[in-house]
Amino acid sequence: MTSYAAAAPRGVSLSPRGAAAFLGQVATVADAEIRKLRHDPLELAMRAVQPTLWLVVFGQVMSRLRGVPTGNLRYLDFMAPGILAQSVLFIAIFYGVAAIRERDLGVLNKYMVSPISRTALVLGKALSAGVRALSQAVVVYGLALLLGIHAAWAPWNVAGVLLLILMGSGVFSTLSLAIACLVKTHERVMGMGQIMTMPLFFASNAIYPVVLMPAWLRAIAALNPLTYEVDGLRALMVQGGTSTIGLGVDVAVLLAFVAALVAIVTRLYPRILV
Amino acid sequence: MTSMRCEQAPPGPLPARGGEAAAGPAGPEAIHTEALTRCFRDMVAVDRVSIEVRAGEIFGLLGPNGAGKSTMIKMLTTLLPPTGGRAQVAGFDVAREPTQVRRRIGYVPQALSADGALSGYENLLVSSKLYGVPRAERRRRIIDALDLVGLADAAHQLVRQYSGGMIRRLEVAQAMLHRPAVLFMDEPTVGLDPVARRAVWDHVRRLRTMWGTTILLTTHYMDEADDLADRVAMMHRGHVAAVGTPAELKAATGDGATLDDVFVHFTGASIETGGTYRDVLRSRRTARRLS
Repeated sequence: MTSYAAAAPRGVSLSPRGAAAFLGQVATVADAEIRKLRHDPLELAMRAVQPTLWLVVFGQVMSRLRGVPTGNLRYLDFMAPGILAQSVLFIAIFYGVAAIRERDLGVLNKYMVSPISRTALVLGKALSAGVRALSQAVVVYGLALLLGIHAAWAPWNVAGVLLLILMGSGVFSTLSLAIACLVKTHERVMGMGQIMTMPLFFASNAIYPVVLMPAWLRAIAALNPLTYEVDGLRALMVQGGTSTIGLGVDVAVLLAFVAALVAIVTRLYPRILV
Repeated sequence: MTSMRCEQAPPGPLPARGGEAAAGPAGPEAIHTEALTRCFRDMVAVDRVSIEVRAGEIFGLLGPNGAGKSTMIKMLTTLLPPTGGRAQVAGFDVAREPTQVRRRIGYVPQALSADGALSGYENLLVSSKLYGVPRAERRRRIIDALDLVGLADAAHQLVRQYSGGMIRRLEVAQAMLHRPAVLFMDEPTVGLDPVARRAVWDHVRRLRTMWGTTILLTTHYMDEADDLADRVAMMHRGHVAAVGTPAELKAATGDGATLDDVFVHFTGASIETGGTYRDVLRSRRTARRLS
């Protein structure tokens, strides 16, 4: 069986003009999503519930325990970047559901028969998921003000947080797209998302430091991209926060995951139609 | 659909039965297939189909649900790779040069292709960018396209508030924005009332007159093919049973024959048969959203 995926990236050349065209295609795909969100912002409002519950209920109670070694950070400050990463994860890991819906409606056909590069299409979808995820930053920064979390408000800190969210969302939304291309139905993508969210969340440094984990769990956490996202967010988002892995490593690992998953989904995407 | 094993599909073109004419002096072929085949596991959805569609022609692919029409269109629009044979569209091979093919075709699928969560204008804006319409020309082209299909007043309404006929007209405008050489339409009038159907037919004819667009449409409505198509191919169980002008086919079938009679004559089956659960589900869904 011949595959179109292999030939598709040829649609864009490597010249500067080709690169500009490629980025224009990525922006076009994401732009459609942003326009949809502008027409219907209610969906984003509903996404605020979960991080609010985690920080207001779980966070407030746990911060009275003082049992978790969080270094020089108060527990709520320690936890806030973790909860931000978690709510980004929860949105992104179900992005495949939107892809299946788009296929069922037929809207995906419009993109698939167009001459844009398949890689640009997948990156555009990852960026679309990222735009949704950015709304979570607004929610968590808002909660930080209300709950007295010591957020670092310097512009470069905030900019760094937003970039890390786009990267983290890129990892998990493309993972979800890959699953959608393989399992092909709405229900199965939901099921796979539910199977993955809690292990990804608990086998990470989101709400407790890795040093508390037994060795086997620590090994899993080291392979979990969420760990690197949280580590980077913790360094940038709260006052006095530090990275235990190194911000450069965090970014490199996240970008490597995104690159690998985009390459995989570029090959798999046409399969979602069959 | 036949139950023949896919590996057994022999290579090489098989001429279709019926009134297949040689390509006329009118110009190059817009679509050319040789023994084009698509299998799903061991079911053959399209079985060694060889057809030629001339530039500027309106060509109808006729047959019941499940005859293989949609699979044909998906292969010709590069959405589905063939498992055997070859196909050229607008001069390029669909398997080896898909991007070249995509630049030159427009597609109005049976399912929705306009995004209900965007306005009509925004849908066309996205399309114009996908096809690299120069920034300076975009606005003009979109407004002209909306005018042409009579949607100028509804340009900034969300498409989910459109009627079925309006959506179809928007989809035609969307597929024509980049002036494709070949336009594919899969069951363009399923679920539309008679007035809206006529409006779509008029648009199809106008596109051909204005830009000389080659149009391949699938339908299971015989009256639609009769009214609209210069030539038709009758598909049954993945095969092309007959090709010709509606008049030729009717003459070959007998005095006073309708295209329904032609279909029975060449396939031995009625147009009402066929269709898997999925086919029926899809056409009902399309009918529901357009009504």
